[in-house]
Amino acid sequence: MKRYSALELIRQGLGGHRGWDRVWRKPEPKPSYDAVIIGGGGHGLATAYYLAKLHGMTNIAVVEKGWIGGGNSGRNTTIIRSNYLFDESAAIYNHALNLWNGLGQELNFNIMMSHRGVLNLAHDEGEMRQLKRRVEANRLNGVDSEWLDAKEVKNFCPSINISGDIRYPVLGGTLQRSGGVNRHDGVVWGYARAADALGVDILQQTEVTGILTEAGEVTGIETTRGTIRTPKVASVTAGHTSVMASMLDIRLPVESHPLQALVSEPIKPILNCVVMSNAVHVYCSQSDKGELVIGAGIDAQLSYTQRGNLDIIEHQMASLMELFPIFSRLRMMRQWGGIVDVCPDASPIISKTPVKGFYVNGGWGTGGWKATPGSGHVFADLIAKDEPNRIAAPFAIDRFTTGALVAEHGAAAVAH
Amino acid sequence: MFVIDCPNCGARDQSEFTYAGEAHIARPTDSENMTDAEWAEFVFMRTNTKGLFAERWWHATGCRKFFNMLRNTATDEIHAVYRIGEKPPKVTADLPATPAGEASIGSGNDAVKIMTRDEEAAS
Ligand SMILES: Cc1cc2nc3c(=O)[nH]c(=O)nc-3n(C[C@H](O)[C@H](O)[C@H](O)COP(=O)(O)OP(=O)(O)OC[C@H]3O[C@@H](n4cnc5c(N)ncnc54)[C@H](O)[C@@H]3O)c2cc1C
Ligand SMILES: [Zn+2]
Repeated sequence: MKRYSALELIRQGLGGHRGWDRVWRKPEPKPSYDAVIIGGGGHGLATAYYLAKLHGMTNIAVVEKGWIGGGNSGRNTTIIRSNYLFDESAAIYNHALNLWNGLGQELNFNIMMSHRGVLNLAHDEGEMRQLKRRVEANRLNGVDSEWLDAKEVKNFCPSINISGDIRYPVLGGTLQRSGGVNRHDGVVWGYARAADALGVDILQQTEVTGILTEAGEVTGIETTRGTIRTPKVASVTAGHTSVMASMLDIRLPVESHPLQALVSEPIKPILNCVVMSNAVHVYCSQSDKGELVIGAGIDAQLSYTQRGNLDIIEHQMASLMELFPIFSRLRMMRQWGGIVDVCPDASPIISKTPVKGFYVNGGWGTGGWKATPGSGHVFADLIAKDEPNRIAAPFAIDRFTTGALVAEHGAAAVAH
Repeated sequence: MFVIDCPNCGARDQSEFTYAGEAHIARPTDSENMTDAEWAEFVFMRTNTKGLFAERWWHATGCRKFFNMLRNTATDEIHAVYRIGEKPPKVTADLPATPAGEASIGSGNDAVKIMTRDEEAAS
């Protein structure tokens, strides 16, 4: 892998930029691999990278039906934080946050990581009590978290409206200073380039259409480009998690919904952090290009269409106007949807299955981007050793039978 | 936004309705003898179909009655509405050719519609 650096940029510039290598190869599928990852999103590529780098499994492939990063990885609003309520969640999201630090250096790719701080606002007494409880729980778990009153919120984020005359006035909020945003494509391409350099085959435009088994063990996959033999198949397909599991008659507690986002025309820097509000239900940050990036909740209906309905957008714009009247004359430029796989307890599934050699990583719902490196890291461990480590273990599928749910729905503020 | 044809009230805007999830999940009758796994199946496990899907809707700001709908989740086309207690009617739908594929229209997933090298050269 040719290292990217300022010096290399100058050198290539002098040569008219004709000497750059392709960022990853475009290999033909081999007849067999030691493991196959289904899904070339951030989580799938991270899994492949850590399998190759930390577990020496380099004869592996990532199979992607479209282009890498074309799913939720390329559609999400990249909010990163780890201030979840429960110990199990704090452990995995903090693990991810630690890996985000320095990931750009490690991958030698600019992922534009920006720890600009994430504000979660409270608009009523109940919410205030609940968010304060979360601050305390976070601190016990070593997650950086603090409570700000309304004035302190305004000091930290001057463009916000804290006047008492709106329907749900801002009463205060929590701040995670280490939270922030990054560049989704950069992460996907960085992991892909690094995994490819370690020997991982990235097979794009290759859809998995079946999973082969013999005597209850995985033996391979059927794809639109032929059969591939492998003893280990790992599904990291986000919205399509249930579709993959149903190929082996495995039932999952997951439902797939559209989640939409939109961006405004670009403007000069005005919003210095990420602002999320549960009660009025909207969240917003400003990209380095200057666009406001705005999102809210899922469309209620189950769907795989990667688009949602307008009432959701109308509602979140109304909420945005309350919190930021200053944005009222901005035009919106683009709107899109991704399909998120929601679990009943709003926590992911990272698990072995009843079929030996078939592993599932999914159910991240509306908030899996922040976990990308941590998710890939612990999932690689599970695939290589066939045993979950301490961080992954609470997220096994059997929690829906034992009742040991990690119920983050109401607890984790707006779910992104 | 969907225009939903409530069996009682006729065509109305989706914002009048509340989604109520997968249809035809019967409450177990022998509940005191069920295993934890059977409970998990009833409470949590869902089919999450890509394709023709039977689901319940509630006309929350209309007649306030539940009813069933048959919708293609790969295209969002609504094929039928029918009353609670009735069986889903037979319909023909534009379904994806492969389990995770996209239907010919109605999918917002352009990632799977990338051009081949030949098409690229021809365009
Ligand atoms: C609008 C929106 C906003 C979001 N905002 C945030 C946020 O601010 N913060 C946050 O933490 N999270 C957010 N999320 C959630 C986050 O994007 C997801 O949880 C996360 O990206 C899932 O990661 P992934 O890499 O597994 O998914 P994906 O990138 O969706 O990867 C799955 C891949 O599997 C492929 N695939 C599916 N079926 C097959 C098959 N049969 N064969 C081969 N390949 C297949 C798909 O094409 C896809 O590329 C948001 C999501 C959306 C849609
Ligand atoms: Zn009605």
